[in-house]
Amino acid sequence: MHDLKMKYKGKKMAPAINAFHTFLYTPDETTHSGSHVRGADDLKRTMNTVIMALVPVLLFSVFNAGYQHYSAINGFPENFSLLEHFITWDNAWIGIIKILPLLAVSYGVGLLVEFIFAVIKGHEVEEGYLVTGILVPLIVPIDTPLWMLAVAVVFGVVIGKEVFGGTGMNILNPALTIRAFLFFAYPTWMSGDKVWVHEARERSEAILAGASNIDAISGETVLGYLAQNNGAAMEAKYSVMDMFYGFIPGSVGETPTLLILLGGLFLIFSKIASWRIMLSAVLGSLVMGLIFNGVVDQGWITETSKFHGLMSFEYWQHLIVGGLAFGIVYMATDPVTGAQTNRGKWIYGFFIGFLSVMIRVFNPAYPEGVFLAILLMNVFAPTIDHYVIRGNVKRRMKRLQNAVIHPKDSDGKAAELQAETV
Amino acid sequence: MGLLSKKDANLILDPLADNNPITIQVLGICSALAITAELQASLVMAIAVIFVLGVGNVVISLMRNIIPSKIRIIVQLIVVATLVIIVDQVLKAFAYELSKTLAVFVGLIITNCIIMGRFEAFALANGPWKSFLDGIGNALGYGVILILVGFFRELLGSGTLFGIPVLGDPIAKTGLYATGYENNGFMIIPPAALIVVGIIIWVQRTKNPALVEEN
Repeated sequence: MHDLKMKYKGKKMAPAINAFHTFLYTPDETTHSGSHVRGADDLKRTMNTVIMALVPVLLFSVFNAGYQHYSAINGFPENFSLLEHFITWDNAWIGIIKILPLLAVSYGVGLLVEFIFAVIKGHEVEEGYLVTGILVPLIVPIDTPLWMLAVAVVFGVVIGKEVFGGTGMNILNPALTIRAFLFFAYPTWMSGDKVWVHEARERSEAILAGASNIDAISGETVLGYLAQNNGAAMEAKYSVMDMFYGFIPGSVGETPTLLILLGGLFLIFSKIASWRIMLSAVLGSLVMGLIFNGVVDQGWITETSKFHGLMSFEYWQHLIVGGLAFGIVYMATDPVTGAQTNRGKWIYGFFIGFLSVMIRVFNPAYPEGVFLAILLMNVFAPTIDHYVIRGNVKRRMKRLQNAVIHPKDSDGKAAELQAETV
Repeated sequence: MGLLSKKDANLILDPLADNNPITIQVLGICSALAITAELQASLVMAIAVIFVLGVGNVVISLMRNIIPSKIRIIVQLIVVATLVIIVDQVLKAFAYELSKTLAVFVGLIITNCIIMGRFEAFALANGPWKSFLDGIGNALGYGVILILVGFFRELLGSGTLFGIPVLGDPIAKTGLYATGYENNGFMIIPPAALIVVGIIIWVQRTKNPALVEEN
């Protein structure tokens, strides 16, 4: 590898070679003058930490893919036991043949685009795609055709990231850009009750075409049932604990709230992700959920209203179904697209939770809105930061005006204030 | 270009590429977003704008010495409005279905910034022949982008061109659809036009770095 690196130094392909090199080895180039803090937590380590937090979710989703598939065919097991019904080879096999290709396409296409851009621009390959690449397969329905995913990844990486200048410069979270592109481009593959369980769509098409030797299977999500005001059917099928552990249909990796929670704690303790954003987003969704519950309790909407099912859903249960927990922990906390200031993070997170639940209830086509809410707040994050900083400057200017300043220090203080606030 | 002097030819050719009203001056974006989901609508819109801008520029240029400067915007508006009404009525008479697709956007040609912009910037200061060429040139520059955007949006979004299926039948699954290909619904909605225009701008400026603005 070192030999290759030296051989290609200064050539066109150098960035591509260097990328592999730094991925495998710690770079040996160091600054030679002055004193520097040598930190081990460069961008690659940060990214790897997030990936570590995602691995349990990915493993769970491999088994859940099979579990949902067989349960939809044979019915959910009566006495559920984890080892007997969930962690089985059959389940894992379905997961492996469905999720591994998604992962491979996501990484393959995404990194290819990154490499092409690095070579064209002549700078180092950026690591930004490492996390995006694992997030993407986790937030799409299991039967998403691979070519659609490839098209969406190209779109997301080029339009969502590279046109703004690459990793660190993007306004929108690339993984969510990919998800949003898929949602708007191929809505029939992204919503409804036939996309969340492996083979559900194939079977329904075969039955429409006249096949009689197979049974239709459907995997309506919890939110899907509620959107049809069919809360009773949902409760008969899934218990609250099912939702919490993640034994429910949904996008590949969004269901296991427990594991997401553990991943979130891991990210908080390793100081990779902001606890402010997570906490405020949880608060925001609870507030919105409480408002909706309140509206139902007041009797302001009738049982027949099409929003009744979702609005009367226990406020805290919004957090354990759909993509809300996943979005809050792994997507909203993206340090590039989120708010940067501490107070800004509170506002940013709060609105993500608040809007997610609101869109979820009012979106007529698709009872989910986490990705839309996060993308919207991505756009507003710089504005929020701007006003937080302005407010800070104003407060400090006021303090400066009111303060009794000893003539000797005044220059120093003003300069210090400027340095802090600008 | 025996017919036109080099200077006159540039009046037509410049807006086609290096001074394109949409990609360089970023004018007339709203109609470019609204009606480019289909190629046919794009083409008709382009022709309508060519007519309005070509004729309008000549009319304004002929009147340029008698229009009091204080009310020139009103005079310009009257000229555009008259021409647009002519276009609208012709469309309603001969292509009723199409005029329904274009709906309010024919009327909104009046507010197309390109038209007022050319009246103000060119026709008020130049003779009729030059104004005519300038009007045709700018409208063509607008139309080229419109047709380009319409081409990609209709092809990718509906799998048709001018309403004729070119990729096969999406319901019977023939042609390309037999391989599992599907139409891209994103291309139908107006934001897609913004992205397609953005990509055109990107490609154009990459080919000709002189067009990139200094920061």
